[in-house]
Amino acid sequence: MVARDVMAKPRKRQDAAAPLFTGRDWDFGLVSRIYEAIEEVADQELGLDIYPNQIEVITSEQMLDAYASTGMPMFYKHWSFGKQFVRNETLYRKGWQGLAYEIVINSSPCIVYIMEENSATMQTLVLAHAAFGHNHFFKNNYCFQQWTDATSILDYLSFAKKYVAACEDRYGQEKVEQVLDAAHALMSHGVHRYPGKHTPDLKSEQRRLEERQAFAEQHFSDLWRTLPKAKKGAKRNPDEDRRRQMLGLPEENILYFLEKNAPLLAPWQRELLRIVRQIAQYFYPQRQTKVMNEGCATFTHYRLMTRLHEQGKLTDGAYLEFLHSHTSVVFQPEYDDPRYSGMNPYALGFAMMEDIERIALRPTPEDEAFFPDFAGCGDAYGVLKDAWANYRDESFILQFLSPNIIRKHKLFRLIDDSEEDEILVASIHDERGYRDVRKSLSRQFDVGRQDPDIQVADVDLAGDRKLILHHNIVDGITLDSADAAKVLHHLANLWGYDVKLLEIENGETIAAHDGSPSRAFR
Amino acid sequence: MHIIDRRLDPGGKSLANRQRFIRRAKALVKQAVRETSGARKIREIDGGGAVTIPADGVSEPSFHAGRNGGMRDYVLPGNKKFVSGDRIDRPKQGSGSGSEGSADGEGEDSFRFVLSRDEFLDLFLEDLELPNLAKRKVMGEAAEKRQPAGFRTSGPPSSLSVGRTMRRSLSRRIALKRPNRQALEAMHEELAALEEEAGKDKARINELKAEIERQERRSRVVPFIDPVDLRYRRIEVTPEPIAKAAMFCLMDVSASMDEHMKDLAKRFFSLLYLFLTRRYRQVEIVFIRHTHEAKEVDEETFFHSRESGGTVISSALIEMARIAKERFPADQWNIYAAQASDGDNLSSDNARTVALLRETILPMSQYYAYLQVGRGDYDRDDGVFARQETTLWRAYRELVRPELPMAMRKVNDRRDIYPVFRELFEKRDEMAEAN
Repeated sequence: MVARDVMAKPRKRQDAAAPLFTGRDWDFGLVSRIYEAIEEVADQELGLDIYPNQIEVITSEQMLDAYASTGMPMFYKHWSFGKQFVRNETLYRKGWQGLAYEIVINSSPCIVYIMEENSATMQTLVLAHAAFGHNHFFKNNYCFQQWTDATSILDYLSFAKKYVAACEDRYGQEKVEQVLDAAHALMSHGVHRYPGKHTPDLKSEQRRLEERQAFAEQHFSDLWRTLPKAKKGAKRNPDEDRRRQMLGLPEENILYFLEKNAPLLAPWQRELLRIVRQIAQYFYPQRQTKVMNEGCATFTHYRLMTRLHEQGKLTDGAYLEFLHSHTSVVFQPEYDDPRYSGMNPYALGFAMMEDIERIALRPTPEDEAFFPDFAGCGDAYGVLKDAWANYRDESFILQFLSPNIIRKHKLFRLIDDSEEDEILVASIHDERGYRDVRKSLSRQFDVGRQDPDIQVADVDLAGDRKLILHHNIVDGITLDSADAAKVLHHLANLWGYDVKLLEIENGETIAAHDGSPSRAFR
Repeated sequence: MHIIDRRLDPGGKSLANRQRFIRRAKALVKQAVRETSGARKIREIDGGGAVTIPADGVSEPSFHAGRNGGMRDYVLPGNKKFVSGDRIDRPKQGSGSGSEGSADGEGEDSFRFVLSRDEFLDLFLEDLELPNLAKRKVMGEAAEKRQPAGFRTSGPPSSLSVGRTMRRSLSRRIALKRPNRQALEAMHEELAALEEEAGKDKARINELKAEIERQERRSRVVPFIDPVDLRYRRIEVTPEPIAKAAMFCLMDVSASMDEHMKDLAKRFFSLLYLFLTRRYRQVEIVFIRHTHEAKEVDEETFFHSRESGGTVISSALIEMARIAKERFPADQWNIYAAQASDGDNLSSDNARTVALLRETILPMSQYYAYLQVGRGDYDRDDGVFARQETTLWRAYRELVRPELPMAMRKVNDRRDIYPVFRELFEKRDEMAEAN
């Protein structure tokens, strides 16, 4: 009885409204009402700026399907997605892995998949998290603005799917698969990391292709075949720089280089490379902003849910259910815990964003020393929205990781030098270590450092057409040679001639890998 | 904001990719299926199941950092006792703090997933190198018979029974007194004739006009063909033939039969079982193993226990005849027998065996298959000392006649198993033609 009295005691609520729901069941009308309630808070208090949402209710079966195609509603067909699917399916059926509550797609309208199994509370959480948190981030973060076109990605995927299927009809599944296998192996080196002079225009892809084909058909003349081939300009000996410049070397986007310059590829094979490259580019910002993206969504759902509860629109029971789920999402196991598997981007992102809010509203002298720009400025959401818009993980951590968070997570930095017998504890969560830990953690989240720096360096055009790549070694870490050999084999098949990869450190070649084409695409 | 209910969308979006993956990993999956089916019981061969394949066969390579060497630098949470400058021992390889390793390396050792029944069976049969037609037969796709079974009131237009429909239409029209065309025409003619005579019989004309109008209305109201008339042919699909089969597995288990031979025999028995289950609704299996004496045993004992002793094949045939007589009378059961042996029989027993086969076993059997299993490389090097044919083989060969339901094969390898079945199918087809 006592407990019930406590629960029933009226709280200080500004405008106690009737709760949106009481049980765990939901229907479409309820989802709409929940959405409207969240939208009111998101719009008026947080001032979020979002794409229109399209909420799609799916079954767990369909969620497994969505997993297999990296969450996208449609994708071209490839065996590797089937592999992904059977892996997830087995894990799920065995009960070793749960399914996500939602998947959200960076598109306009922003597609949010929600599972039918979710309780009403979970649907509220999922909408707050994905339809508002992720959505705001997708729309405003500069990485996404620069590299992805949310309005046309679905059209592009549909084009890609149709194009790959058409190629399969025309050239056979096996031939298409060969190209896709090779392209997938190079996918991590198929992105532009810096904006070049041309921006990807996804919308005109289809039109361009059709025009190109129409042009080729219109201007096809069998006579051209009979022209004597021009003699090779053996006498012309362009200097090395000029040749490299003509080829746009050095080039770190290997797929781009192959698409433009591989001598033996047919036009449809180049188009396939382009499709893989465009999709890699579309996902590249997500890899760069894991902590921020999840942090933004988690922070948003926490604020929104709390406000709904304060308004009386969520019952205490629902709020507790939410907290239970929330705390398990932002749980960060310590390094010696068997559950530890790297830094949890939800935990780190959420902790940092809460801390930014605290620093903006209630700074300590330490915060004032570390963050003179915004400590105590009072406009927490303004600072956060600026961070969400203009940073990626690496720069965000370097700029905003506070001593408070380092202490809270007891972060410490290790240096593992293979030439020493022991691992050195370089710095810990103390006065001398804060900046060092922060710098090191920020580097850890730098995608540019996670992927080895490999560039197409030169081509021996006059000789055996060998393609030469350089791996610029950082910190003495060489490539995994077994995998590198496999990738080089794929690369050689695409290029059509031998390839050589040199691993270079301080101007010296440490190791070399070779690849020869076994069944070059012709 | 829109909410869209996708739950009713057709599922199986990943099916095509899944099939591609299995095709890709076919060699590996086949190997796994082979191992799995070896471990299964004959009756359980028909079903899906989990298979495990090594992951590196379907790996997707990428450029990534190796695990060894270099200077690595990482930040970890949860410091309890370290201060800066501490030096700690390197944890043993593969464990512990390698955050990079676990993030990229995706510890893939082996890959386990579940095949559906059809996928499993397909691969199992493919491993035996079955031609597609035979595979379809074994898979049971064509094992249905369509029989006419009366009529029904709904169905596809193609199965409309015109005769039936018209008959019902006619009786309805008669019952409802729908005027036929001739009667109407006659009345029209009469009316025309009367009108030509120019108003002689005004009353008759009016009467006739009213009657014609009445009849025409009736013919509009009572349709020529009404939906209630429609009759469609009804077709029932029945498995064919509905009968029972008993399958006798006879195997020599004397010490000269090694594991490879037993594996071949087991595959043959499995295939025969699959084949029979597709054709017959009920299939009983009897396992009889023999050395110099025969015994009915369960499957486990049949394949896995060893006996020592000589080899007297006639003992197994006598046991089979006895069991068949007791439990499987030939007028109720189709009897199939498959015998596997390495061909070493007690030479004095051969005549007796042949006589038993000819007089007792073959008359009551649908089919008798003799499988002489070898050691894999058995007949490959027919060098100077070509191995002599076994006495049993010679004895059987003299027995075999085209009209007898018997086939014999030497089998050294899995791929030799199927041809025995081809003979079986050919034989059945011939019989079907003769009928």
